[in-house]
Amino acid sequence: MECSRNGAQWAVVEGSRAVARAVALCRPGVISAYPITPQTHIVEDLAQMVADGELEAEFLRVDSEFSAASVVYGAAAAGVRSYTASSSQGLLLMTEVLYNMAGTRLPVVIGAANRTLSAPISIQPDQQDTISLRDSGIIQLYVENPQEAHDTHIQAFRLAEDPQVLLPVMVCMDGWLVTHTFEPVCLLTQDQVDAFLPPYRPVHCLDPASPLTYGSFADDDKLMEFRYMVAKAQEEALRKIEETAETFRQAFGRYHGGLIDSYWVEDARIIILAMGSVVGTIREGIDLLREEGKQVGLIKVRSYRPFPAQRIRNLVRQAEVLAVLDNNISLGAYGALCCDVAHSLINDPFRPAILPCIVGLGGREITVNSVRNIVQRAELVARERPSVVEPWWVDLRPELI
Amino acid sequence: MKLTIGAVCGPGGSRTNRTGAWRSLRPRLKAEACNGCSLCSLFCPDGCVFPEGEVFSIDYTYCKGCGICAKECPSGAIEMVPEEK
Repeated sequence: MECSRNGAQWAVVEGSRAVARAVALCRPGVISAYPITPQTHIVEDLAQMVADGELEAEFLRVDSEFSAASVVYGAAAAGVRSYTASSSQGLLLMTEVLYNMAGTRLPVVIGAANRTLSAPISIQPDQQDTISLRDSGIIQLYVENPQEAHDTHIQAFRLAEDPQVLLPVMVCMDGWLVTHTFEPVCLLTQDQVDAFLPPYRPVHCLDPASPLTYGSFADDDKLMEFRYMVAKAQEEALRKIEETAETFRQAFGRYHGGLIDSYWVEDARIIILAMGSVVGTIREGIDLLREEGKQVGLIKVRSYRPFPAQRIRNLVRQAEVLAVLDNNISLGAYGALCCDVAHSLINDPFRPAILPCIVGLGGREITVNSVRNIVQRAELVARERPSVVEPWWVDLRPELI
Repeated sequence: MKLTIGAVCGPGGSRTNRTGAWRSLRPRLKAEACNGCSLCSLFCPDGCVFPEGEVFSIDYTYCKGCGICAKECPSGAIEMVPEEK
């Protein structure tokens, strides 16, 4: 990976530190948060930078995540670049405000350190928390490692504030696995980020000299049109996410995928589709399986909202089986990612069979061996072509039940 | 009227929402009982009651029928009657 342009330097840092550094480089005017594990180090770092005078921003430590989201909502409405971060129950407590943020088209960036939801209580990672926010209108980008977390936060502000988009962007990173892992990260410099990310120019903002109403009322004659406008902005974001990733590549030489990233898909008979840090393990697994002559590939979904249906469709048509890894479960139905993938392919006569896999709930480790088992199961599906494939709970411990 | 991004609107924007349709009770002013104190106008949360000549007029396009004007009127000059169409 490249890290040499204009003074950017490698540093061995914790994922949270890489994120905090990226946020600081974006020069936010307001940061507000309520600490929650495993997000804590991100805002701790930012608070320290503000206290040390390294970062010129208002840091508001508030009494709950609901307040934190409300503070950044207000700040963004006043035309200030704003950031918050949370996890798990904290994200749920923010939920009402987050829907409003998207509906009011406020370009806040939210760091989400993925952690499962209660009950039972646990601080281990899975994507249940952010998946539960998928319908809010917020853009969701899922990252693989600390470097991508660093880079994506910088892309996120540019994307959120694009006048054609104007939506909150949530950068989702697996708690512990990304937030607390120390890795070499190429940290960008202030000059680099200043050149990539122009100052925030709000389309409209609160100003006593020119009063505006935020949070106004829309009855049955208009609300549907407002929803449609958000849906169109999400559609526009499909293009902008790829454009932003490409501009980033040109500026800094690094690319983690646009809407998706792929690995060994061209001739793959079996494709594993996943998002988050598990993607790194899958890459490893594919390297091993390829050595054994197995035609296995990977699609990493980087943008979950907007959902890259077209991109996925184009890549999977030649495959026999698509194993979709859901690090969440819509209880009573299926994994959320699998539902979206299935919908993307439903009218395509050349679609592959789908193997829905529920993986890693509550931090259950997904190893290279899990990947090997998934591929084995996919081979079975390829041979037998059953018309129904129920979700498979990978590495479940039936002896406990 | 074109919709604005995020439903953010300037002063007077709420006029596009004709809230009179919400009303189930209609305030009716009995002009002969009105003493002109203007409490009805002051307390109306939607600015639908306004002075007109000696007495007051009610804007039924926006009046939601909350009944605050009737409640506040010291001389009982406003009664709430069922809205019938």
